[in-house]
Amino acid sequence: MALLYAPVVILVVFSFNANRAVTIWAGFSLDWYVRAAANSGLQKAALNSLIVGIVATVCATAMATAAALATSRGQRFRGINALYALISMPMMIPEIVIAVGTLSFFALAGIRLGLVNVIIAHTVFCIPFAYLPIRARLEVMDKRLEEAASDLYASAWQSFRLITLPLLMPGIVSGAMLAFIISIDDYIITSMVAGAGAGTLPIYVYTQLRLGVTPEINAISTVLLAISILFVAASHLVGSYGLARTRSGSVRHTG
Amino acid sequence: MAMPIIAQPPETARIAPQDGSPSHRDGPQRRELRKRGLLIAPVVLTIGCFLALPMAIILTYSFLVPATYGGVRWEFSLEAYRQFLFDRDFIDETLIFNSAYLEIFSRSLVLAIFSMVACLLIGFPTAYFIATRPGATRTYWVFLITLPFWTNLLIRTYCVLLILREEGLINNTLIWLGVLDKPIIMMYTNFSMGMGLVYSYLPFMVLPLYANLEKLDFRLIEAAHDLYATRWRVLRWVILPHARPGITAGCLLVFIPSLGTFLAPDLLGGGKRLMIGNLIQLQFGSSRNWPFGAASAVILLVAIMMVLILYARHAARHGESRG
Repeated sequence: MALLYAPVVILVVFSFNANRAVTIWAGFSLDWYVRAAANSGLQKAALNSLIVGIVATVCATAMATAAALATSRGQRFRGINALYALISMPMMIPEIVIAVGTLSFFALAGIRLGLVNVIIAHTVFCIPFAYLPIRARLEVMDKRLEEAASDLYASAWQSFRLITLPLLMPGIVSGAMLAFIISIDDYIITSMVAGAGAGTLPIYVYTQLRLGVTPEINAISTVLLAISILFVAASHLVGSYGLARTRSGSVRHTG
Repeated sequence: MAMPIIAQPPETARIAPQDGSPSHRDGPQRRELRKRGLLIAPVVLTIGCFLALPMAIILTYSFLVPATYGGVRWEFSLEAYRQFLFDRDFIDETLIFNSAYLEIFSRSLVLAIFSMVACLLIGFPTAYFIATRPGATRTYWVFLITLPFWTNLLIRTYCVLLILREEGLINNTLIWLGVLDKPIIMMYTNFSMGMGLVYSYLPFMVLPLYANLEKLDFRLIEAAHDLYATRWRVLRWVILPHARPGITAGCLLVFIPSLGTFLAPDLLGGGKRLMIGNLIQLQFGSSRNWPFGAASAVILLVAIMMVLILYARHAARHGESRG
């Protein structure tokens, strides 16, 4: 536990350091945050990160939801294992190999769309991270509710819209949040795919690290850290809240 | 005509698309399948087009000739794979065995195994600790363990750098305590890279282990103690056999990303100790030898596939012996 948290604590503590030296304490200061916020290169990178993260998350989550619905409802079909293998592919192949593969693909196909390239690459590796929580959620959901809806003459769309989707929402939200975190954090693939001007936050941090260690990086890292923690905590809460609600809901129905 | 669907066993009636058989074309099963096909199509197309296809391109590139400014020329050649093992003499074109790249590969392998073992040694007690906590607090512990995992890999690696470097936390503390008079150099060594990897991938080990140990019936341990088993024997004969699937899964999840790692050696190894991941990056970046980079990527992929196949075999065997 100490091993897990000590480095993070040090990072945060020294981001408030007044001294330039990264690991010698000299008093509390918000200087590095002010400097980081005023940095235009950083602002551009943060904006790119946000755009890529949001678009890739929406695309990946939408596709993952559709796929999860198709794989968890109805009978198993032939080729489902191949499909699972395909979906987990982005998690199984080392990032560096995905990175050079995507780079070669874009070079060969002549696709040079700046941020769009980055978004496509991010969508691909976000899919499994969005898919897994959604499928997990679908599997614990009470199928009888959907059956009851169709028994009551709800059309397929109505039963999806009014029954399945609201119940599935916690899964979709936590899947989307994980996808967003994964996208915001990626360095290797983005660094290979992004051209000039399409760099994201991790790329910026990396470049700065190459130039030398300054507390400004600590400040940026702390902000990124805070975002990640907020998102994961929120996703965790949404997940457990949703589960609790369905459980109490089904109790109410049976009781 | 319309086959008595009801009379058929339901599985066969629903699963098989029964290609081309007209009696099924507009049946509800057929429509259902079409709908599901439409739902799956975007994922299959996206991953197929932007991941499977790029992998095929990498495979193809590894058999081509590099162009001068990056990219490839479309000429078949085994040169890239040759380069992995042999140097070609400039004058008479004889092949001389060159172990440099093989060393990079085996260094990556050793480092990945090191981080796997270290993660197991640290992760097992941690997972066991969490599994033995009372029910409600377990989720809390799991959350705490996974939290650092969701923070940026780059930043986590940077954190390790802050601790290990010459004027880093460990050295400063030890000097302040008077244990040392000059800093120990820990950065840019195999040790610092290993630490970086362990810190990056530890949660991958803890989680599957925990999932496994959580299901362990702790009455078995009490029973073993009642029967005068020593602690070591309890661990060896009760806990370890039970945790084996978690151990293999955890090892796999740590080993694979460690083998292809890029950031840890780049930041903590000072870029001097190349790993296979950095080698690939370098070939596609400044060295501009795409086919060689592609060949290295293929070699890395093959290595990982072999590990996965071994794992699948192992899992299948254990599944059978249990079932």
